[in-house]
Amino acid sequence: MYAPHTDADIEAMLAAVGARSLDELVAVPQAVAIRSPLEIPAGLPELELYRRMSSYAARNGALDYTSFLGAGAYRHYAPPVIGTLAMRGEFLTAYTPYQAEVSQGYLQAIYEWQTDICLLTALDIANASVYDGATALAEGAIMAVNATGRRAILVSRAVHPNYRAVLHTYARGLELAIEELPVANDGTTDLANLEARLAEGRFAAVVVQNPNFFGAIDVPPDDARRVVEGSGSILIGVVAEAMSLGALVPPGKWGAQIAVGEAQSFGVPVAYGGPYVGFIAATKAHMRRIPGRLVGRTVDADGKTAYTLTLQAREQHIRREKATSNICTNQAHCALIATIYLACLGGSGLRRCATLNVERCATLVQRVTGIPGFTRAFSAAAFNETVIRVQRDATAAVVLAALREKRILGGVDLGRWYPELADCILMTATELTTDEEMTALCDALAHLAVGGHLVGA
Amino acid sequence: MSAHDGSLPPPPSRFEFGASEPLIFEQHGRANTYLPDGRTLEEFLPKELLRDELALPDNSELDVVRHFTRLSQRTFSIDTGFYPLGSCTMKYNPRINDAMANLAGFRDLHPFVPDELAQGALALMHDLERYLAAIFGMAAFSLNPAAGAHAELTALLIAKAYFAKTGQRQRRTVIVPDTAHGTNPASAAMVGYNVISLRSDSRGRVGVDDIKAVVNDETAVCMMTNPNTLGLFEDHIAEIAAAVHAAGGLMYYDGANANALMGNARPGDMGFDLMHLNLHKTFSIPHGGGGAGHGPVGVAAHLVEFLPTPVVRREGDTYRLDFDRPDSIGPMRSFWSNFAHAVRALTYVLANGGDGLTKISQLAVLNANYLRVHVRDFLETPYDESCRHEFVASAQKLKRETGVRALDLAKALLDHGYHAPTIYFPLLVPECLMIEPTETESKATLDGFIAALRGIVEQAKADPEAVLATPQKTVVKRIDETRAARQPDLRWMPPAV
Amino acid sequence: MPSPDGLLYSKEHEWVKVDGEMATVGITDYAQQSLGDIVYVELPRVGQTVRQFSSIGVIESVKAVSDLFTPISGEVTEVNPALDADPALLNRDAFGDGWLYRLRLSDKQESQALLDPAAYEKVIAK
Repeated sequence: MYAPHTDADIEAMLAAVGARSLDELVAVPQAVAIRSPLEIPAGLPELELYRRMSSYAARNGALDYTSFLGAGAYRHYAPPVIGTLAMRGEFLTAYTPYQAEVSQGYLQAIYEWQTDICLLTALDIANASVYDGATALAEGAIMAVNATGRRAILVSRAVHPNYRAVLHTYARGLELAIEELPVANDGTTDLANLEARLAEGRFAAVVVQNPNFFGAIDVPPDDARRVVEGSGSILIGVVAEAMSLGALVPPGKWGAQIAVGEAQSFGVPVAYGGPYVGFIAATKAHMRRIPGRLVGRTVDADGKTAYTLTLQAREQHIRREKATSNICTNQAHCALIATIYLACLGGSGLRRCATLNVERCATLVQRVTGIPGFTRAFSAAAFNETVIRVQRDATAAVVLAALREKRILGGVDLGRWYPELADCILMTATELTTDEEMTALCDALAHLAVGGHLVGA
Repeated sequence: MSAHDGSLPPPPSRFEFGASEPLIFEQHGRANTYLPDGRTLEEFLPKELLRDELALPDNSELDVVRHFTRLSQRTFSIDTGFYPLGSCTMKYNPRINDAMANLAGFRDLHPFVPDELAQGALALMHDLERYLAAIFGMAAFSLNPAAGAHAELTALLIAKAYFAKTGQRQRRTVIVPDTAHGTNPASAAMVGYNVISLRSDSRGRVGVDDIKAVVNDETAVCMMTNPNTLGLFEDHIAEIAAAVHAAGGLMYYDGANANALMGNARPGDMGFDLMHLNLHKTFSIPHGGGGAGHGPVGVAAHLVEFLPTPVVRREGDTYRLDFDRPDSIGPMRSFWSNFAHAVRALTYVLANGGDGLTKISQLAVLNANYLRVHVRDFLETPYDESCRHEFVASAQKLKRETGVRALDLAKALLDHGYHAPTIYFPLLVPECLMIEPTETESKATLDGFIAALRGIVEQAKADPEAVLATPQKTVVKRIDETRAARQPDLRWMPPAV
Repeated sequence: MPSPDGLLYSKEHEWVKVDGEMATVGITDYAQQSLGDIVYVELPRVGQTVRQFSSIGVIESVKAVSDLFTPISGEVTEVNPALDADPALLNRDAFGDGWLYRLRLSDKQESQALLDPAAYEKVIAK
């Protein structure tokens, strides 16, 4: 227990408030009083607590495995200095910076984060962050609905399936229609029928992801962009792997008015799925529709530069049922980690890291497809992940299970979301992926191919 | 003055208390060598797919360390001092929590590892869910939602799915008392529900007859906080729940104030069907400057099937994530939970145990009442009775007499080294200060705060101008919010090339 | 500031100046005072048809965001171009330079549902 009261303190304080005992002080009507003590084990001293929690951690066998997992959560190198700075108690234990005069440091850090996101996406404004990539997409879609007055969203099937699932959850609440764009043979979004589908003017937004869920670089061509603009619909660009922004043409340069995404890659641990940090950036026209917090730079009473939360009147606690979103928190601490990460790497470091990701993935593709029975499913250019199709009679599940016996997590089974791709594995390589790890993977795959494990499975 | 004002920033190696810190973008240095150099992008990808510019400057690591260390020194936190921010439960954040979340077995676990290789993580989530269910009297909890407001939305989506399944789609009204939190109406709007606001009675509670007068066959959910935002226990909660249930509606418990209740009363026993918790309040997860939080949702037995996907299932000695749940509202976020925070919360539960959690709530109530009986000597306390974990005071009389408002008291407290209470909330109390000390503050800290606030009120009466001019000791003085909103400057712009 | 003669008022604190087929709409001095520093105004589009007492825009101050209701129906013919760059015009001169939009009236009878200066003064005296 982390309360400092001595028995004497408690006695003196009870006397001051006029209660005979703590039980009397907290008494509630009999009808709703608890009937028995809490069924929670007795408290542990810290040494035993350490052992107990460590025993949970030790049961996660995955850490002894070589991993080619990605698909929206990425392992990247985070310099130790990031943790040292981010874990400073002032950052860790501050609340939302409502009292700006004593929160200038955090406010400035969020302003720097907003700037980072604007620079990376090539858009005008960014908010102080949202929960994660999937909720960023849902909030971005709501922005488009509010901007256009239309109530349908057209989303590529190559957008992360988890993001689309969350979009559906939100859409059920708001009673929005979600429709899908198919995937072309090369792994990019099939925009062939785009003009016809947008002709009715029903869609608030068209959503594409780059690189898309299959790892394919999926930038809508200029004519598709013009079709979207001409139909009065808003192009939303999803970035599930923010590291790609160190290399690829940014959403603001390929016509996205709104960019949403996940910045976990910038120093935030994978941590079994959270907390992560979503971002929303947009053109200036959407400034008053962007949900969540915004930090602005202004001056104080003496004319000195100062930072504050601004445009707060839009927010839920003032606007109540007319608010554009119910978001209260941002992911300030994860955004801080990302801001420090970007400060450390700088533009040249980020580009170098992105280049390594492209190189590692290209090497992985070359080596895996050199083994008989393993081919690239899609021909489109890749950033740091790609889809590998296994030989004709096998399934991804069988191959992945066999790899696990060799202590290798070979990737993600696409059959989980795409029944027609049950023979496909999404494999990821980052700057952390070594030649030795690729050799282990390829040896195991070659053994499967030669040993005939896959046939008839 | 910073470069923003046209002058040059100070050299980065010099530190001056109170000086503006230049933006990281205004400092330049040699790039750090974290990664091996090698090939170029153009060897792998066609030029039209590559970005042609990236205006992020490089900085030497030492400059980065100094920059963020200085920013930290310009930030008030629990570690800095007393933080009596009402309804935010700014209690001490034990460092063992963070150390446990940082164990490699948790930190480096990828969300797509097969269940059999994540048994420890799944067991942890399962155990935390069971403990939360026991503490709050619910049938089941989901760790899926990311924060309190996100959890509210989750709970309303569950209600909407439940009414759709039971053929009651006409139920689209949410009842929200004026003593609830401000997010509730915004959340209701996100599921297409209408909001009826309900005035509390002269005792600061929801009246049973008032509830009976508004419930009908369009009532979906009644959202309440108990204790409410006045810090008062809704003593007729059982009758209120019965009235809502009799009309066919659901009761929703906003767990923002759960730090008052543990081991003493349970929302499940009060008749609540749905609830959320802010683990970053009651369960000591650091707020991190406004997030990430964590907002599990709890439900009664008849709503379990609607919980977000996935849920953790225990089968004998093994655990798995269950995605095959046809009646679920679906997932609320990219992955399964804010897992690192679940680690912190379980660490806290196991550190304290059932008796410790009970004592925590008792001492939180004791601290709040101790402040209340002293603050009422010099400020109005409009609902002057035994409170729970927080209470409200009002500066209305002071404002009339001296012109000093709640806002000014808040700013003056900053000069005394304390964070301000929550001000102007709840809306039903004019010139409101909402004060929540939490259990982790000592009697000596509370005495010091009382003396400071008393001194400020006395100064307001003797020399109001001095209070209106605060804060003076902070790194900046009062901020021009109007300029911030009229001429929004939301990002740094790189110099034109 | 007293509510000028020659204008009609709504209970939502808008004023209308009818001039033949056309009308000019603004918010009252009382409204701008209650809102405090106004930072942004979202107005209807030129060409948009608006219905009496329906919500057609938003006024944002540092403290609050309020819906803007049109006191009278018609087709919007002009919006005040100065407000985008200088929303403080509303605080400085609500009855003059801070006008919001002009419209072509669709039903002159509607003005009977509005208040004269004396009646409006009573509304804000409450």
